[in-house]
Amino acid sequence: MGNYQLTYKPFGESAILIEWPQIISKKILNDIRIFVAKIESENSENILELNFIYCSLLIIYNSKNNCFNEIKNTLISLYDNKLIVPAKSEKILWHIPVCYDEKFGIDLSYLSSEKKLSVEKIISLHCSVDYTVYGIGFLPGFLYLGGLSDKLYFPRRNSPRLNVPKGAVAIGGNQTGIYPQNSPGGWHIIGNTPISLFDVKKETPCVITPGDEIRFKAITKEEYEVIKIAQKQGSYELKRVIHG
Amino acid sequence: MVKVLHPGFYSSIQDMGRFGYRNLGVPMSGAMDSISAGFANALLNNHKNDAVMEITMIGPKLIFMASTNLVITGAEMSAELNNNPILNYKPYPVKNGDILTFGKLKNGIRSYLAVSGGFQSEIILNSRSFYTGITSQGLLKKNDLISFKHQEINQTNNQQPKGTINTKIPFYDTNIIEVFNGPEFELFSSEEQKKVLSVIYTVSNDNNRMGYRMEEEAVKHTKSIITSPVLPGTVQLLPSGKLVILMKDAQTTGGYPRVFQLNEKSIAILAQKRVGEVIKLKLITAI
Repeated sequence: MGNYQLTYKPFGESAILIEWPQIISKKILNDIRIFVAKIESENSENILELNFIYCSLLIIYNSKNNCFNEIKNTLISLYDNKLIVPAKSEKILWHIPVCYDEKFGIDLSYLSSEKKLSVEKIISLHCSVDYTVYGIGFLPGFLYLGGLSDKLYFPRRNSPRLNVPKGAVAIGGNQTGIYPQNSPGGWHIIGNTPISLFDVKKETPCVITPGDEIRFKAITKEEYEVIKIAQKQGSYELKRVIHG
Repeated sequence: MVKVLHPGFYSSIQDMGRFGYRNLGVPMSGAMDSISAGFANALLNNHKNDAVMEITMIGPKLIFMASTNLVITGAEMSAELNNNPILNYKPYPVKNGDILTFGKLKNGIRSYLAVSGGFQSEIILNSRSFYTGITSQGLLKKNDLISFKHQEINQTNNQQPKGTINTKIPFYDTNIIEVFNGPEFELFSSEEQKKVLSVIYTVSNDNNRMGYRMEEEAVKHTKSIITSPVLPGTVQLLPSGKLVILMKDAQTTGGYPRVFQLNEKSIAILAQKRVGEVIKLKLITAI
């Protein structure tokens, strides 16, 4: 048997939704990652696409050749099979450079007065955590991050801004995130990263994948400009640490 | 090559969608009414996934700069080739200098224009489908040039497409939208389920390639879910009681209860509905 009691639900004509206990937990996310690695290692022609976020995994299958129950039974035995050890199970920690200068962090002073925390304290709290990437959605390359210090929880703006710049690092409710492109947004902006999280010109448009971890690293305005130029020239490589 | 003299209201290039990048948050995109787009390609002996032009409400004005064959399917928009009316679902040869225009919208809202071999717009992440943020443009604009594979029309060697001629296929002349149970259907009481199925829904003016919001407030609730994947055709029940039916450009994840899931045919039917038109949901079983 696998580690969790999973629910398999049909989701339309050609998709299966697999649900873990509906809790946000690193252990569950890790279990999903291992299951996904097992599925991918099978290289089945019947599995067309999958995506997971938090405690759910969606699998789109080839419904011309298979019915729901066939796919479901294959997946159940794959999940329960302890002999298959997926090769790719390491975890990656990415270092994301962020400039918290007031030029970018336009809501920092407001947040500081409302939360009664110094700007320095906000920055150090924001940089002190390894955040878990629970999934990508909302926009191409938008990471759903878990792990924000509860000292930084702050409700979203009452009215969203019409244009939040690409790279903006922000806090909304109990979440923090990075806007991968210019878009409307209701979170409080505390900084900006010079790196592109999503680049369609690259073979792998987004190097960070669900299950990875990220850490924010404070940089100066000067370092920001240097990284921005290096990134444009294609000579900047995001720092990553492999562990686990 | 075809040149856009006027883009119309909302015209874009679409194939059957962008697959393999959902896990990075990339929407599926692709023709909203994939059945009509599929007919257009079939009538020209094209590949099913060849890119077509999706034309919404008001058609563009186009000038052809090479010869090819064209066909229009889906919504009836009184198309004219060099000021001569042409029929939907019938292939026509065109040559350099020919001008295609559209007139009054008679039924449906989305037409599909195919050319032999398909439009050759840029391929980004395995698809030619326009999507802002992925492709360099989201909509066709004036003076855009879109290439296609030049094809000589040879009178002696009859290369005319052998597709069905002059067939009107009004598969969307219905307001019944077939749905499967969605993952959160069972979260609601049987009275709530009955209620949400019995309402006749009106398409609101908040409708586009991302989703169609309905006017009626069917069942108000306070249920939310941990963010989970959604698909084109997923029906979300908002706390206000309104339904949002996600369409081809929808985001890949959502946090509202997913009460139903449309099949591909129902997505196509809905894609031809406009503001004020009504639909009725019909529950069908998935397996």
